[in-house]
Amino acid sequence: MRRSPRRVPACLLAGLLLALASAPVRPAGAVESADSAGPVRVDIVRISRAEQPLEPLSFLDLPVEDDGAAGAELGLADNRTTGGFLGHEYRYENVRVAADADLAARVAQLVGQGAQALLLDLDETDLGLAAGAMGSALGFNVRDQSDALRNEACHANLLHVVPSRAMRADALAQYLAWKRWRKVALVTGRHPPDAAFAAALERAVARFGLDLVARADWTREPGARRTDSGHHTAQSEIPTFTRFKDHDVLLVADAFDEFGEYLPYRTERPRPVAGTQGLVPTAWSRTHEQWGATQLQRRFEALAGRVMSPRDQAGWLAMRSIGEAVTRTGRGDADAMRTFLLGPDFALAGFKGVPLSYRDWNGQLRQPILLSAARMLVSVSPQDGFLHQHSELDTLGYDRPESACEAYDP
Amino acid sequence: MSQRPYPTPALPMRGPFPRPAAVPASRPAQMAARSWLFALGTLLAGSPTAAYEVYVSNERDNTISVIDGESLEVVRTLEVGERPRGIVLSQDATRLYVCTSDDDHVETLDLATGRVLHTLPSGPDPELMALGADGTRLYIANEDDNMVTVVDVETREKVTEIPVGIEPEGIGLSPDGRVLVNTSETTNMAHFIDTETLEIVANVVVGTRPRVAQFTPDGRQVWVSSEIGGTVAVIDSATHEIVHTIDFEVPGLRPESIQPVGVAIAADGSDKVYIALGPSARVAVVDAITYEVEDYLLVGPRVWNLAFSPDGERLFTTNGVSGDVSVIDLERRRVIKSVKVGRLPWGVVVAP
Repeated sequence: MRRSPRRVPACLLAGLLLALASAPVRPAGAVESADSAGPVRVDIVRISRAEQPLEPLSFLDLPVEDDGAAGAELGLADNRTTGGFLGHEYRYENVRVAADADLAARVAQLVGQGAQALLLDLDETDLGLAAGAMGSALGFNVRDQSDALRNEACHANLLHVVPSRAMRADALAQYLAWKRWRKVALVTGRHPPDAAFAAALERAVARFGLDLVARADWTREPGARRTDSGHHTAQSEIPTFTRFKDHDVLLVADAFDEFGEYLPYRTERPRPVAGTQGLVPTAWSRTHEQWGATQLQRRFEALAGRVMSPRDQAGWLAMRSIGEAVTRTGRGDADAMRTFLLGPDFALAGFKGVPLSYRDWNGQLRQPILLSAARMLVSVSPQDGFLHQHSELDTLGYDRPESACEAYDP
Repeated sequence: MSQRPYPTPALPMRGPFPRPAAVPASRPAQMAARSWLFALGTLLAGSPTAAYEVYVSNERDNTISVIDGESLEVVRTLEVGERPRGIVLSQDATRLYVCTSDDDHVETLDLATGRVLHTLPSGPDPELMALGADGTRLYIANEDDNMVTVVDVETREKVTEIPVGIEPEGIGLSPDGRVLVNTSETTNMAHFIDTETLEIVANVVVGTRPRVAQFTPDGRQVWVSSEIGGTVAVIDSATHEIVHTIDFEVPGLRPESIQPVGVAIAADGSDKVYIALGPSARVAVVDAITYEVEDYLLVGPRVWNLAFSPDGERLFTTNGVSGDVSVIDLERRRVIKSVKVGRLPWGVVVAP
């Protein structure tokens, strides 16, 4: 990471030191630095690429046009409320590049124009490109779950708000272990994210003492989702496909919602389905109302006119991380934000019952993972009994000793 | 008082009874200052521990449990609206104001009959409140709309709404009734509001997700708990500076499980402050002068709010997950009884 040292005039520094020396004990929360350093301002840009929204297999779910953007806007509004009391300014621009645009060039241009914090709502490839082009700005990954960008391909100025696939898989595996539903079968879809989630599930199976008794790949083209008498096809296809050695739970990796919803109630054996469909490990769900989440759900629905998605939640958390850093440090530059967010004083209230913080070995946000069925929250991981010497949240995903990320300073 | 169905103690009449420095706080706070005098009066009258009742709101069951202070048994269970949380007594202790959060209003419960008399307007999702020094103004934090609503309990009308930060939560009133402190959970501030002009005079950034704000009996400090930050900020009411931040550490417990919520400041001259630490199932005993944490008392998980007995000798805690109220003998620092109440007990107040 290229750090641009922030030049502070010597006289100002001396004044600050004097002020600190004469001031009574001042906790991190006190606001004083703003006066001496002039107006506090942070420039935030959210970047996404134009794409077709995912069409859900179920007719109950509607495609969402502004997925992620609305969450960021709510977080921005929250920050601006705090900023209004403190005289801190939050500038924001929502940039959507064309499908064929040169993303790296656009990112470099935005940073050149003064963007300090970037909300990167991008897939794995684009995220890598953006991270390589953002120089000294601080990036927040609000979409991609790939484990590689958090390990061997990590960037020191890229924080990951979204849980990795490994975190989600571990959250599910902990719950299955807690239930003693140890024998699992796994069905994997035809796309790279499916294979990646299947790999995370296999890792979790090994970590939490489950037993993978069978696995199969679903390679069929999805075809039309709306067909007359379509249920006959599914009713005959699925039992044949799921003739696995006996298992307790059927796991599914179908990131693009092509077939997973066909599995429940149609498998050869009467077994629950979990993974990308059925019981889903996720950072956010409308079913979640605990720890004050009701307030966030309602505020979001009032703003966006729809329910809050996991992508929206990531956008909100990224904005609130920026807001906390600016509020607590009285500074809006990337360096100050990064130092504060990775430091011990950062504790984000994310409506998950515990403070959220960033792992200082790869920039991943620690957060509990919800286990949600379509209409009701089932549980929240980490599960009771999975202990950790530092934080039980670190039983999810790549813990410090397992991390292959070298870009972060020790 | 005469309408109450239980024996009224023989007490010297000093106007409205002082109430203990209970949280979430509600009583006109000059009473706390008088409480010492009152205790003396009680002593001189030769009266033993007076009979009293403890009211507990059960968030899940939509009920108020009434515990008899002497037998420590639940003697009545009163039905109220959806999701009762913050509760406050009227000055004459005949009525209980209940934030029925999911019904988006405040209910006035007649304690003699156990019936809801009427509702008071609030904003959406009222959570905590305080009754003004005159006994008519109710200050309500509405978690859903970034407003503190001021309601006249007699005319039952909104006086005004004061815009504050995101998710207003705690409400504390100074002993002289002149300053109101409201916490906002997402903005992470304690807002100081002048109760005459009804305008914000200062904003103090505190630890993450501030919950309860409580003035000391002399009015010189406000103690603000931060649930997610895991700290309690002691704020000078005159300068609006944080003079101290209290941290907690319980051996063998994860720091994340230590989540300060309820704050009860003793008004009996003992200079002790009791702080409910949420999921850690502990109540911290803090020295009000040195800010040293002296003890951690084991109660039930998700301990939320606290209230003193009228004599200041006992502390009642609502334990959400275990569904009970712990009764602590403060001198011995021991839990002497757990009283089973409804599901998810939340608020607690004590009526003399």
